[in-house]
Amino acid sequence: MRKALTPSRAVAWACLIVLMLLTLFPFYWMLRTAFSDNTQLAGHPSSLLPVETTLGAFKRVLGLATVEEAQAQGGSGASVNFWLYLRNSLVVSTVTTVCQVFFSAMAAYAFARLRWPGRDKVFALFLAALMVPPIFTTLPNFVLIKNLGLLNSFAGIILPGALMTPFAIFFLRQFFLGINRELEEAAMIDGAGHRKIFFGIIIPMSAAPIATLAILTYINSWNDYFWPLLVGQQENVRVLTVALGVFRSQTPQGGPDWAGLMAATLVAALPMIILFLAFAKRITNSIGFSGIK
Amino acid sequence: MTVTTSSPASAATSTPARRQRQKLGDLKVAMIFLAPATLGFVVFYIWPTLRGAYLSFTEYSLLQPPEFNGLQNYERMVQDSFFWNALVVTVEYVVINIGLQTVLAVFIAMLMYRLTKSITVRAVILLPYLIANVVVALVWYWMLDFQVGIVNQALTWVGIDPIAFFGESHWAIPTVAGINIWRHMGYTALLVFAGLQMIPSYVYEAAEVDGSSEWQTFWRITLPLLRPVLVMVLVVTMIGSFQVFDTIAVTTQGGPINATRVIYFYIYERAFTRFDFGYASAMAMVLFAILAVVSLLQLRLLRAKESDLA
Repeated sequence: MRKALTPSRAVAWACLIVLMLLTLFPFYWMLRTAFSDNTQLAGHPSSLLPVETTLGAFKRVLGLATVEEAQAQGGSGASVNFWLYLRNSLVVSTVTTVCQVFFSAMAAYAFARLRWPGRDKVFALFLAALMVPPIFTTLPNFVLIKNLGLLNSFAGIILPGALMTPFAIFFLRQFFLGINRELEEAAMIDGAGHRKIFFGIIIPMSAAPIATLAILTYINSWNDYFWPLLVGQQENVRVLTVALGVFRSQTPQGGPDWAGLMAATLVAALPMIILFLAFAKRITNSIGFSGIK
Repeated sequence: MTVTTSSPASAATSTPARRQRQKLGDLKVAMIFLAPATLGFVVFYIWPTLRGAYLSFTEYSLLQPPEFNGLQNYERMVQDSFFWNALVVTVEYVVINIGLQTVLAVFIAMLMYRLTKSITVRAVILLPYLIANVVVALVWYWMLDFQVGIVNQALTWVGIDPIAFFGESHWAIPTVAGINIWRHMGYTALLVFAGLQMIPSYVYEAAEVDGSSEWQTFWRITLPLLRPVLVMVLVVTMIGSFQVFDTIAVTTQGGPINATRVIYFYIYERAFTRFDFGYASAMAMVLFAILAVVSLLQLRLLRAKESDLA
């Protein structure tokens, strides 16, 4: 393809750069607002730099400011306990990811590397579950979790996603199918059982896709709102996304605590941004492949 | 899409004894490996699907056991103006969302395809997709604030009156759609980008030899060859956008005056603020049916792809 910078290519580059700026601007605005003084914010709505740069909003969000200080800065004064929510999000996302990826890998192994009657039919059934819209299963699942007495518990939030998702199985099965059989057969001749093959050959050889899936699962789980909203309302298990919703509804109606809200969103988004920066290449490359989602 | 349904090549079928042993194959081992996933599948997918269907024919307030009431929920739905409003609003959202997002995504994908393979560019474009809906909603809620939001500041600056993005009924849905387009367009663009890379270069070389203009090449070659990917993308995004919830829950809560009470949000309200679980299940059932039809249409359209690149 041509590489010279013709006028049309310059225009195209300009379009792409505008789109990238459009993508990045809200992140900057979140940052700019979070470092602003809330009481001064309304006076300088279009200042591109933080207004009266301060860490006040972060202090409020992280519970380092007293109630009086918070109220003086336009906060609600209600106690926000972001460390707790951060911990809860970490617990939920970590346990969900580890369990889901591991159990899905086991299932994918059975679907990709083992031969048994009815296998393809069972797999088709698992895949069909991708079609069922979440809301449809969410209502009965809520009843189930409620009847099990697991409302407002980590188990209640984590369980439905911990054992498998059809997508995770589908994703890993694709990779397991591509692994050379000879290695496996050589190991079998050496007397290795399936457990040994699974842990010793399949998993190490699929480290890259497993890591990709784990990262995607972690991000999804971290960002999930609907299910934790239903099942984990109480503070002791409330995750960051739900806490943000609560924080938003508590902020004074007339003059919202925008600096505080943006500091809170930043705190909530930061771990994912860091995760993304660390694995940008892997995540970006996996998007084209994973197609289905 | 890379769905492989064929089983891996059968291993050596050397001796009859071995074949005999393989008839049941690794069934025992497979059962062990599948046990946890199957448990999750049955308990949290299959069973709730069946139970959801059953609940849609019941009166159920969560406090007493569900009571079968036949088609009453469905009859009620037909007469429920909120339900119809929710459907209309949802469709409006889906149309705006899908239309704009697809065009933008194809545009971005084309730009990237012709200009750069840079991972950084792709990563920047993808970034919003990795941020929680709730976070995205809050940031835009702030940026679109009527009085002090930066967007209205910019509008005033160029001489346009400020817009009450979330406060005016006819702006609310396009606004929510716009926010979600911002979050998803990069993801969709990457899917299209992957599709573009699968088009063999000889097709373009041939077009160039024939003196096809850039514009002609796009309409006559790129777009038709992209069709399978586009259909897949359209359906995935459509199924997703029928289920918009988070953004609305955080910003408008269905308002102003029902303008953003989409079907998902209405189901949520019925079930969890009014404990009208049977009715909510019936509406979820209808949503399910709509999405099933959309998926079936997709399969039809996907089948047609075989004629494109023979």
